Amino acid sequence: MAQVSMTVNGKAASGDVEGRTLLSTFLRENLELTGTHVGCDTSQCGACVVHVNGEAVKSCTMLAAEAEGADVTTIEAMANADGSLSTIQQAFQDHHGLQCGFCTPGMVMSASALLKDNPTPSEAEIREYLEGNICRCTGYHNIVKAIMAASGQDVSSIAAE
Amino acid sequence: MPKDGGIGASSKRREDVRFLTGAGNYTDDINIRGQAHVFFLRSDVAHGTITSINTSAAEAMPGVVKVFTGTDFEAVGGMPCGWQVTDKHGQPMQEPRHPILAHGKVRHVGEPVAAVVAETLEQARDAAEAIELDIAELPAVVDMKAAVAGDAPKVHDDLTSNLCYDWGFVEENKTATDEAFANAAHVTTLELVNNRLVANPMEPRVAVGDYARGTGDSTLYTTSQNPHVIRLLMGAFVLGIPEHKLRVVAPDVGGGFGTKIFHYQEEAFCTFAAKACNRPVKWTSSRSEAFMSDAHGRDHVTKIELALDGNNNFAAIRTETFANMGAYLSTFAPSVPTWLHGTLMAGNYRTPLIYVNVKAVFTNTVPVDAYRGAGRPEATFQLERVIDKAARELGVDPIALRRQNFITEFPYATPVAVEYDTGNYVATMDKLEEMGDLSGFAERRAASEAKGKWRGLGVNCYIEACGIAPSNLVGQLGARAGLYESATVRVNATGGLVVMTGSHSHGQGHETSFAQVVADMIGIDENMVEIVHGDTANAPMGMGTYGSRSLAVGGSAMVRATEKIIAKAKKIASHLLEASESDIELKDGAFSVAGTDKSVAWGDVTLAAYVPHNYPLEEIEPGLEETAFYDPSNFTYPSGAYACEVEVDPDTGKVTIERFTAVDDFGNVVNPMIVTGQVHGGLAQGIGQALLENCAYDENGQLLSASYMDYAMPRADDLPMFSVDHSCQTPCTHNPLGVKGCGEAGAIGSPPSVVNAVVDALQSGGKDVTHIDMPLSPARVWAAMQ
Repeated sequence: MAQVSMTVNGKAASGDVEGRTLLSTFLRENLELTGTHVGCDTSQCGACVVHVNGEAVKSCTMLAAEAEGADVTTIEAMANADGSLSTIQQAFQDHHGLQCGFCTPGMVMSASALLKDNPTPSEAEIREYLEGNICRCTGYHNIVKAIMAASGQDVSSIAAE
Repeated sequence: MPKDGGIGASSKRREDVRFLTGAGNYTDDINIRGQAHVFFLRSDVAHGTITSINTSAAEAMPGVVKVFTGTDFEAVGGMPCGWQVTDKHGQPMQEPRHPILAHGKVRHVGEPVAAVVAETLEQARDAAEAIELDIAELPAVVDMKAAVAGDAPKVHDDLTSNLCYDWGFVEENKTATDEAFANAAHVTTLELVNNRLVANPMEPRVAVGDYARGTGDSTLYTTSQNPHVIRLLMGAFVLGIPEHKLRVVAPDVGGGFGTKIFHYQEEAFCTFAAKACNRPVKWTSSRSEAFMSDAHGRDHVTKIELALDGNNNFAAIRTETFANMGAYLSTFAPSVPTWLHGTLMAGNYRTPLIYVNVKAVFTNTVPVDAYRGAGRPEATFQLERVIDKAARELGVDPIALRRQNFITEFPYATPVAVEYDTGNYVATMDKLEEMGDLSGFAERRAASEAKGKWRGLGVNCYIEACGIAPSNLVGQLGARAGLYESATVRVNATGGLVVMTGSHSHGQGHETSFAQVVADMIGIDENMVEIVHGDTANAPMGMGTYGSRSLAVGGSAMVRATEKIIAKAKKIASHLLEASESDIELKDGAFSVAGTDKSVAWGDVTLAAYVPHNYPLEEIEPGLEETAFYDPSNFTYPSGAYACEVEVDPDTGKVTIERFTAVDDFGNVVNPMIVTGQVHGGLAQGIGQALLENCAYDENGQLLSASYMDYAMPRADDLPMFSVDHSCQTPCTHNPLGVKGCGEAGAIGSPPSVVNAVVDALQSGGKDVTHIDMPLSPARVWAAMQ
């Protein structure tokens, strides 16, 4: 066991972990931040995406020890300061970009990272960027639409209710 | 226009807020003070005899609480099967014992052999590696036709063969069907494989067992689509716990698609071990475990023949299907290739004679059971593929051939024992041609050809039977359960309502759409209605969510309970208004006396029910809470017409979906936004089956596709934007909402149009390809072209 310390959602966080403890496990088990989900064991599904020092990272691919001193943001800190949904979160609700909700935290974290780098991505760019986030419920149609809407693009011509 | 928040409104989903902020409560988020963790040691061979198992070294490992093997479960029941199929000779299916932990033999890769309970998951996993397990490997059977050959090794030594049942439907039609084929002007034959799939909800299964020593109560938290069913099966048939001492909770569940219907060994284990270890026991499946322990789907090998008369009218259909059961019978496995498949073989067409033969086969593979559509995709795929092949052989337009044979008068009794109440297949096809701009296809094909691609158009129709049951019918067909649904509507003193439903929401948005229904009936704001589900401690006995039944059956129970509430509230209102009950009208949340301006608000009536100072106590009881159980009188029959346009790269065989149009008739629609989303998701799974997904075994029974590295899940860049419509509505005639169910349509209706489109594209490129088995990977398409 070794102690690890980092900043998570703006607060200092530390805990004792084994060398093999994953960042996703540390967040979920030690810090009880269960919004970060684990949907696979081969770094494919993206349900566990968080931001580490501002970059989207699959938290199941990173050891907790590797995040020593890092600034980590999880889905729990993505809403506005007053608790209302952020622009991206609101767009997901408005455009029905989620169903069971399990992949959703990773989708929101990935979408947020995408829009930081590319403020008005095309449909094709969004689809390519989401290669590492698997959703089994939505068929992606409304996720892509939500991200386009969150970036301020007109999505009225894209079919849906 | 629908009332805001009422039936017909695209209300935003209230559950989204918690899911979008990381505040959901999935089973893996539940940790109980003092809990231990279990890791299952699973068989790495498909078939073998357990010659020795030594757990002493594992028991001495750090943190180990207890190690379990098959002998620990000799006193409890095996995993039950919920449906008994009777074969064509009138004999019951062969039903093997299904242990919680393997005992004596292992029969598929992934079968749990031992379980280590330890303080941490890591310690449990480490200790499992110290178990000395010797298995003498036996020859495995994987191929179904080989499995029923005379000299095949037997999966179960105590059964007569690997044949679970040989089912004929309708057996009395067989001779007449054979005669129709003998007299046919044309017969089209197609042999095909409906590929094995893994449902892959994004949330892997989890179970947490808890035992309260003080009261003797057991609680199981589990990722289930039907917690009451798990309580009944596990309590009564496996562990012998009466229902009043067993609570099953299925909180937020991250997708199900069928595979979370079934009762699994890990649930029984955690419940059993919590008592045995006197502490909570938690199991969280890894994705790799999920691939080899979640029930798989589909896996049929079929020969279908279509007989036509000289005018291209369908005269008869004859099919022979081998259906894989895997090594054991999962909860509802026997019903899928039979009653959920054979009864759908008429499709949307007038075919006077149909005979379906299904041989269900045991193999050394993971059990196979219902996956989104469950039997109906298999029926639709073979029927819509053979019609397309027939059209090509006859040189007629595939849409015209379908139109010519459409059922146009309802109700319609099919030769496969079901009666469609409503439908309008001409209208959905008309709408498809318009929305999909099928008349513009030739132009689009020319544009594709100009850039070196072959473009194909594929169309199909589908019919499905949803809203299972009625109970008395399914009982005759072998179901060992009733298939009603329940709802309790509890009105609080200040007017808000809690609706406790036996249906379960794991992505379908019931918390929103169910509230819309009740709010609409009373005329109050939808936010005054709370939907509670997923906990046997507070919802009445219900059968859960699968088979697109939630609104048609569960919603109907909710309507019936709300009707009782309104009837009682009217009695209270008539007392408060000093008017005859027959003159009381309920509108927009207020009771009024017809023809007067006298009225009393909903909240005044509900308050009077709980503070009955001015109340007809001599006539009615205080309180306002009602329960209803609804047992449907028939299935519902959603239908539709789908069109897919693909481009095939002649150099690589790669297929891309260029356009996909889905026109569905779901009857009445409560929340169009949610319905559209359900279709999108179904389409993705159907297109995934057609182009990408395949669960593969080698000849030794090793699972080759056991991770997302090997099993091709559809990703965002594999799919197009979809064009979806559900404006063609022929309401169901026998449930109070006129709804039909929308959850599975996309997965049922899409695979044939994709394959029809690819065949069309290859034909346009001069390749005489009539069929390719799914998934249509570049390698398979390219090979077919050569």
